[in-house]
Amino acid sequence: MDARAAAYAIGLGDDALVLGQRLTEWCGKAPFLEEDLALANTALDYIGRARFFYQAAGVNTGRSEDEIAFGRDAREFTNHLIYELPRGDFAFTMARQFLIDAFMVPFLDALSTSRDEQLAGIAAKAVKESRYHLRRSGDWMVRLGDGTDESRQRTIAALDTLAGYVDELFEMDSLEAELATDGIGVDRARLKDAWQRTVARVLEDATLPQLATGWNVSGGRRGIHTEHLGHMLSELQFVQRAYPGLQW
Amino acid sequence: MVSAARRIELVPAEETERRARRDCSKEPELWALLDAVTDPEIPVLSLWDLGVLQNIERVGHRILVTLTPTYSGCPALVTMQEDIRARFAEAGLTDVDIVQVLSPAWSSQWLSQAAREKLTAYGIAPPGDERCPHCGSSNTHRVAEFGSTACKAMWRCDDCLEPFDQFKAI
Ligand SMILES: [Zn+2]
Repeated sequence: MDARAAAYAIGLGDDALVLGQRLTEWCGKAPFLEEDLALANTALDYIGRARFFYQAAGVNTGRSEDEIAFGRDAREFTNHLIYELPRGDFAFTMARQFLIDAFMVPFLDALSTSRDEQLAGIAAKAVKESRYHLRRSGDWMVRLGDGTDESRQRTIAALDTLAGYVDELFEMDSLEAELATDGIGVDRARLKDAWQRTVARVLEDATLPQLATGWNVSGGRRGIHTEHLGHMLSELQFVQRAYPGLQW
Repeated sequence: MVSAARRIELVPAEETERRARRDCSKEPELWALLDAVTDPEIPVLSLWDLGVLQNIERVGHRILVTLTPTYSGCPALVTMQEDIRARFAEAGLTDVDIVQVLSPAWSSQWLSQAAREKLTAYGIAPPGDERCPHCGSSNTHRVAEFGSTACKAMWRCDDCLEPFDQFKAI
């Protein structure tokens, strides 16, 4: 894996680690036991992916996965912003998960044909998990949207907040464009139609309004984050910052 | 509903290759040793049954074991590696390397018919089988997509009213 692919892998690892951490925040606090287990298991899948991406990148850069995860400040994280937003209420967590799952399935499917064998291997494994995640998060959208007044209102509010963060998922920077041309990375822009079809179908089943458009923010891949990421990292990285290199 | 006995076993190509690696191995005793190493969460399935154990080779004077994880975040993989080392050490073999590969991506279709039967006997419904492992009833429903470990979902039987785990099909 060359330096460009390693930078790409770190971006994908950051997406996975940050979302995984947000999901673990529900551990012991989810609405009921089954959901507690489901959220924790989904978090494990994401943290596992982060490890694979960091390990692949680390071979090139000479850094361990722990150094990559715990040794960088917020400005060095290159995750997209949608992953770092606070977990919010259960409707927000599930609405975000659904929008991301609907993206991950075509994204990982495309990455599984990468010319980079490590990226292709990680994606081929992860896409199976994401198909499973999507079934569950799609079901939840229907239960929440077509549920009680309160669940419906909370889900609509969540989608309103999230609508401005989804465009970034389809944004290409110069590195990604170069890697896509070389058959190593994925052309995100080409995934948008498939994503929109999935989202539109499920929101319709859920009797929810379609995603509003008209505003969007971006910056994650350039290290420009919301205020929330730093707070999250202060908790995520505390032990390694206080006791560098600690193992157990 | 197809009964377990009449179920036709469709073996994916990568699983055929895995079985061939074992059948053609010059070190059958090493494979046999690791038959005693089981999934820490499902002690009736060996790592071989589960499909996690991909290969065992001798490289020079060292033993190289290749594993593939079931799920990206499966925390049992660390324990499995420790158990493999312990099992070899009992046989006096300590020059052991363990590598993890992601390709081919693990699939629940790699479980053999024998492994499926062991799961049912242990009280876990095999992947794709919605029958209650306690009473055999097909009158069951899924309670949750995820269960006590990454590889299982939670189900409940509407006849005997017992809950049960189902091994997720992936
Ligand atoms: Zn029963």
